[in-house]
Amino acid sequence: MDRPSEAQGSAATQFRGISLASPRATDPAALTEKISIKNLEFFYGSHKTLKDISLSIYDRRVTAFIGPSGCGKSTLLRVLNRMYDLYPGQRAAGTVLLDGQDILSPKQDINLLRARIGMVFQRPTPFPMSIFDNVAFGMRLYERLSQSEIDGRVEEALKGAALWNEVKEKLNQSGLSLSGGQQQRLCIARAIAVRPSVLLLDEPASALDPISTAKIEELIDSLQSQYTIAIVTHNMQQAARVSDFTAFLLMGELVEFSRTEDIFTKPADPRTEAYVTGRFG
Amino acid sequence: MLLPVVLVLLRKTRMSQHAETVALHPEIQQRIQKQRLLDNVFRYVTLSFALLVLVILGGVIVSLVDGALPALKKFGFDFLTTERWNPVKEVFGARAAIYGTLMTSLIAMIVGIPVSFGIAIFLTELAPEWLKRPIGTAIELLAGIPSIIYGIWGLFVFAPFLQRNIQPLLIAIFADVPGLSSFFAGPPFGIGVFTAGLILGIMVLPFITSVTRDVFETVPALLKESAYGLGATTWEVVWQIVIPYTRVGLVGGVMLGLGRALGETMAVTFVIGNAHRISPSILAPGTTISASIANEFQEAVGDIYTSALVALGLLLFVITFTVLALAKLMLIRMQRNTGART
Amino acid sequence: MTLYERRKMKNRIALAASGVAALIGLFWLLAILGTLVVNGVSALSFELFTESTPPPGSAGGLLNAMFGSLVMSVFGIVIGTPVGILAGTYLAEYGKSNALASLIRFINDVLLSAPSIIIGLFVYELMVVPMGHFSAWAGTVALALIVIPVVLRTTEDMLNLVPDSLREAAAGLGAPKWQVVSHVVYRAARSGIVTGILLSIARVSGETAPLLFTALNNQFWSANMNAPMANLPVVIFTYALSPYEDWRRLAWGGALLITVTILVLNIAARLLTSRSSVRQ
Repeated sequence: MDRPSEAQGSAATQFRGISLASPRATDPAALTEKISIKNLEFFYGSHKTLKDISLSIYDRRVTAFIGPSGCGKSTLLRVLNRMYDLYPGQRAAGTVLLDGQDILSPKQDINLLRARIGMVFQRPTPFPMSIFDNVAFGMRLYERLSQSEIDGRVEEALKGAALWNEVKEKLNQSGLSLSGGQQQRLCIARAIAVRPSVLLLDEPASALDPISTAKIEELIDSLQSQYTIAIVTHNMQQAARVSDFTAFLLMGELVEFSRTEDIFTKPADPRTEAYVTGRFG
Repeated sequence: MLLPVVLVLLRKTRMSQHAETVALHPEIQQRIQKQRLLDNVFRYVTLSFALLVLVILGGVIVSLVDGALPALKKFGFDFLTTERWNPVKEVFGARAAIYGTLMTSLIAMIVGIPVSFGIAIFLTELAPEWLKRPIGTAIELLAGIPSIIYGIWGLFVFAPFLQRNIQPLLIAIFADVPGLSSFFAGPPFGIGVFTAGLILGIMVLPFITSVTRDVFETVPALLKESAYGLGATTWEVVWQIVIPYTRVGLVGGVMLGLGRALGETMAVTFVIGNAHRISPSILAPGTTISASIANEFQEAVGDIYTSALVALGLLLFVITFTVLALAKLMLIRMQRNTGART
Repeated sequence: MTLYERRKMKNRIALAASGVAALIGLFWLLAILGTLVVNGVSALSFELFTESTPPPGSAGGLLNAMFGSLVMSVFGIVIGTPVGILAGTYLAEYGKSNALASLIRFINDVLLSAPSIIIGLFVYELMVVPMGHFSAWAGTVALALIVIPVVLRTTEDMLNLVPDSLREAAAGLGAPKWQVVSHVVYRAARSGIVTGILLSIARVSGETAPLLFTALNNQFWSANMNAPMANLPVVIFTYALSPYEDWRRLAWGGALLITVTILVLNIAARLLTSRSSVRQ
């Protein structure tokens, strides 16, 4: 809202009434790989839910995971910060390199990994504490900061999440007192306050009304210049609007991974075409 | 081939006959009325048995007040503040018993709460799946062991152990600590307020643990994942997210345990030493409200003596009822909050 | 040490402490059961089951106390269970959202945790004083009063677990409510209700305080419900605190018997619920 996105000036590509994100440099040769997934498999117990996934997530670009529910898109996202480790019986195999380091390696410190990769969930999850403490929670974990530094960082994060103007007068109120859309932006502020390099968004707007959704999408647009973003969404228009690259998953398999524009205008696989044109869902 | 058709036709005619009889036959109407009557009978029978719960509560209050009246009339408010308890001269004061009840429960809470919370944290956040059930069951079995068993174990095993090993140590350690030395002053009797408090601490473990576990499990997985997602450790998630989120329920669980500790009778009776006095040292013998009643009721001679014991019972009832009611209210509030949030 | 190392250390210490807490809990269970077995087994003998409680200084058994406990528990359950089930039925079937039912539910929960010695005093005032003597009937009533809240609570919980679709299906066939409840709902919740009854048996078989001033004790064999009757908990209480070696041994034997009975009932109740929840 208060931060005009770079995209708005340029002519957005139109596709069947869906406006695509502004064309940014999306030539893989010109981009750095932030996360590189190779031959990833995932198991719930003995049940295999991801089959031989390989794809690249590029630095400071938005990558969307789309597909019908149960296709494994959320699972794929949860591999990237090893959230699945919380649950016994869930296991990943293959390689996932973050800046060239294998995060699936048993030697990887999970807490440090998660501090470098922020995550926002389907539903807003404000902690039972004040707005200020919600945002300060993560940064206090890893850095010794003076009160003035914390104040500054909290303000910066809330501004970054386009929430500052709405909450600056009531930072001491409970995070639960905010509206749903505000709570979700608070969660985004909380995630970026630790200055991660990657943001994982798991259907961040699925529980929100259209206006709040629009705000979140604008926010994603403004965040992409600083963060590598991976977003799971069940909403194809949303994927088309916010992302540079799109991965289409079906029953645990990666059907197609390409520039968003290509996925929506000239899909290579007939299944992708069927899905993006709404023939099944 | 014909048979199904015939059957269907037969059924149809029977049904239509049936429909007619519903409209016409007074016999059927009678039957409906009878069912309606039985429905009402069922409803009011179950209601009257439910009301019996209130009648029991009312009966308890009336009988305790009635029984306590002679003593309360004679001693008035002094009954609460007098320490003397002299059956021969028929002077009775509840102060020592009240002190003992509160002190043993305080000790029980001090040792019981951290251990209960620890067990609940272990069971909800840490234990592998295969270990949860056996340990959970074992803790719950502690609640099944009757009070009298804790008593006999406390008297013959636990108290002598404390007397030999722990109490001399405490006396030595605190001998030179100003303020605390009189609190842990010798001799080591074995039995006494301290021992009773420790046994109560063990007895409340399963109750506090079970409530704590239940309320911990109401924390949405997504909320915990959010904290883990920021790089928090398991302990930080428990301490900064789970415990604040479940605060009201935890207080409810603790008060439930407190209510148990305050009213616990047989175990305390065995190990407290039954002395109607307030000693500065918690290692000394004392008494509690419930232990006094259990110990002396059968031998109480004279109306005033019996009445004084019933008055103690009334006091215990008022205290535990208040604590338990507050505990229950907090747990109900907790349920409502989580219900609204999810 | 860096901040992160400190945090990891704290985490490890705290989690280790929670593991220790679990071990402490287990330790008490094992310590108590161990003591009971060691002291109780030596007291087990043929006479324990065939002779009545002896006078000080001579040998004997606990037959009269076992009989008394059994009789009073059985009568207590027989009186308390129907009351609890019917009252629980009202709360679950008619009292979902009315103030009276909420109040009854609340009071029942408080009674469930209230000190049982209060029930003893109540029945003393209610029956012993008017009758002029202690009696097995008074003990029975005291136990019944302890059974009621337990059975009421589990009945309500278990009836609430029965899905409404089942009630609707039965009502859709034209069954009146009383038949829906008695023929369908009770049947669906049967194992849960039985669990509640088992738990209440476990609860009353160790209750001492309410029997102290109601059934009292009786050194001799007695089957007269209008007279004081021996029972295991009170015998254990009296004998354990006595100076006589024989009596103390009998107390340990009785303690072992009670505890084993209660643990078996508890485990049976647990198996019953876990099996029925699997079936659901």
